[in-house]
Amino acid sequence: MQERVIMSDREINNELLRSVFQHPLRFWVGALILGLFVAMFLISLGWMLYWGLAVTGLNRPVYWGFMITNFVFWVGISHAGTMISSILRLTQAEWRRPVVRAAEVMTVFSLATAALFPLIHTGRPWRAIMWVFPYDFMRDIWPNVRSPLIWDPSAIFTYLTGSALFVYTALIPDLAVIRDHSTGWRRTIYGIMSLGWTGNTRQWKLQGIAGILISALILPVFVSVHSIVSWDFAVSIVPIWHATVFAPYFVVGAVHSGVSAVLTLMAGMRWFFKWEKFIRPEHFDAVGRLLIVIATVWLYFFFLDFVFAIAANETRELAVMERRVFEWPFWFLLVLIVILGYIVPVGLWLRRSFRRNIKAMFWSSLLVNVAMWSERFWLIVPGIDRKYELKFSWSFYNPQWVELGLVIGSFGIVAFLLLMFSKVFPPIVLWEEKEGQRFAANVRVGQAVLPAIVKEE
Amino acid sequence: MADRAVIGVFEDVQSAADATQKMLDSGISGDEFDILSSSPFPHGAFGESERHHNLYVFPLIGAACGFITGVLITAGTQISWPLVTGGKPILGIPPMLVIMYEGTMLGAIIFTVLGVLFESRLPSAGPRVYDSRITAGYIGVIVQGDEDKVRSAGQIMSEAGAEDVKFDEEGKTINLLEEPEER
Repeated sequence: MQERVIMSDREINNELLRSVFQHPLRFWVGALILGLFVAMFLISLGWMLYWGLAVTGLNRPVYWGFMITNFVFWVGISHAGTMISSILRLTQAEWRRPVVRAAEVMTVFSLATAALFPLIHTGRPWRAIMWVFPYDFMRDIWPNVRSPLIWDPSAIFTYLTGSALFVYTALIPDLAVIRDHSTGWRRTIYGIMSLGWTGNTRQWKLQGIAGILISALILPVFVSVHSIVSWDFAVSIVPIWHATVFAPYFVVGAVHSGVSAVLTLMAGMRWFFKWEKFIRPEHFDAVGRLLIVIATVWLYFFFLDFVFAIAANETRELAVMERRVFEWPFWFLLVLIVILGYIVPVGLWLRRSFRRNIKAMFWSSLLVNVAMWSERFWLIVPGIDRKYELKFSWSFYNPQWVELGLVIGSFGIVAFLLLMFSKVFPPIVLWEEKEGQRFAANVRVGQAVLPAIVKEE
Repeated sequence: MADRAVIGVFEDVQSAADATQKMLDSGISGDEFDILSSSPFPHGAFGESERHHNLYVFPLIGAACGFITGVLITAGTQISWPLVTGGKPILGIPPMLVIMYEGTMLGAIIFTVLGVLFESRLPSAGPRVYDSRITAGYIGVIVQGDEDKVRSAGQIMSEAGAEDVKFDEEGKTINLLEEPEER
């Protein structure tokens, strides 16, 4: 049931522009704490670039460890935006309104953060341009377009550009609101960014079509991006990686972690900005129900990964699978993944009282992402530290503080960027909220008065 | 006679709709007035005419450009350094498809956004008339035409309960980057 609060356009402006026009102490405290995480990232990065990859735990044959795990994780989180924003926009789900922009912005920032990791894990990231950028810098050597390491940048660049343009297009009307409420240099800057928007009939019609059209275009990209990231592993001949199930498995895993991250973000926004009128228990209820389905599909693909290994019946692949299931620390990670990624959260989400409990939803969403990060590590490392057949080539990956600093710092970067975004732009779409108010009505059915939504066909 | 413009600022939707109905009754067509608002309204809420656009052409053109770029990059790089690996053909079609697909989608998305801006007539130098109360929830009704029509429309809007009726300064547009003088 909807627990809508009736608000005028002026009240919506005042509430949702508070983050832009006011500077409470908690913003500065949040910026300082998150800034420390960003500093941790920069220090770790600087240390690694200065001393070389020897300061990390990477060594033959494990060249992909925490940094690539983190890359896959953040690409997964980026699927939140499209799932929540595009799919819910196309299906005209009314409850999307308070979360679409935050989800899309989280997509942009998590994707940008993800893109850092394949570059920095090379040890000399400035050299990556030589083999990624489509130009021959020396001796007629061009990028190898047959390599998934080239497909990755094309997919991520497309998704990042598309998502950023999507955010900007929907932001234009809100920039005009800020322009009209500002003075001085602020008015000039927001005025330039709003491109002279006045809100006439033509502009609103095109804004509506743009939302549908860009959503429809970005959905295939959303499916392709994590499929292509999965092919970094699946098109190799490393045992356990070389499985055709990887593309849908990764995409569903991305949706699972991404939508859970949106839950975390919703709870965080509601608490930090005191937006109880906009982000309500009904929204958590709706996301929770969606997540039950997504988590179950993810569990099915997780199980399929085992089936594919058993069905192939290849000795090396079965050996790695046995290692993942029975050897420390991978069996522990397996238990963690299943319990924290499915059993505990879905067990909670099946109950309506828990779905409408903000704290329960916040903590269960965090558990999911702990499980999903572990799952990426569990997928990547066991295969490569036994990549070669002869035992003298085997090793055990031992991550160092530099890698921990980069991983933890990456969470700080995304959160810091989200906080800074909220300072400059409203994280909730003003015009969507106003439109939602307009289409809301109370309908009397007998003695009951029910909240209803009217829709234009 | 030079075109003039007038804006009526209404506090609520119904009085704006009543004003536009009276203008339609007085002979001002749905093409001659426009509505400014801070959020979208259902089509026809104010009796305005359908606004036609050619937005759907843009993603098609963009997709074609992106596809061609993808083909050129993938085929061009492989032909530039024609290395036979594992006895396979110089042009590997399946891996090319990935980059061609991404190029197509990127082109479609970029051109769609450009199309939205172009069809919305953005960026705009500035409207003939505007009121910043629009973004605070007021409804603006703008009429453009000859002096008589504009004066008549202004009169109708005043009688219909407009909070304010403002006429443009002849030959000038409003600079949205500047604060209005009456703030």
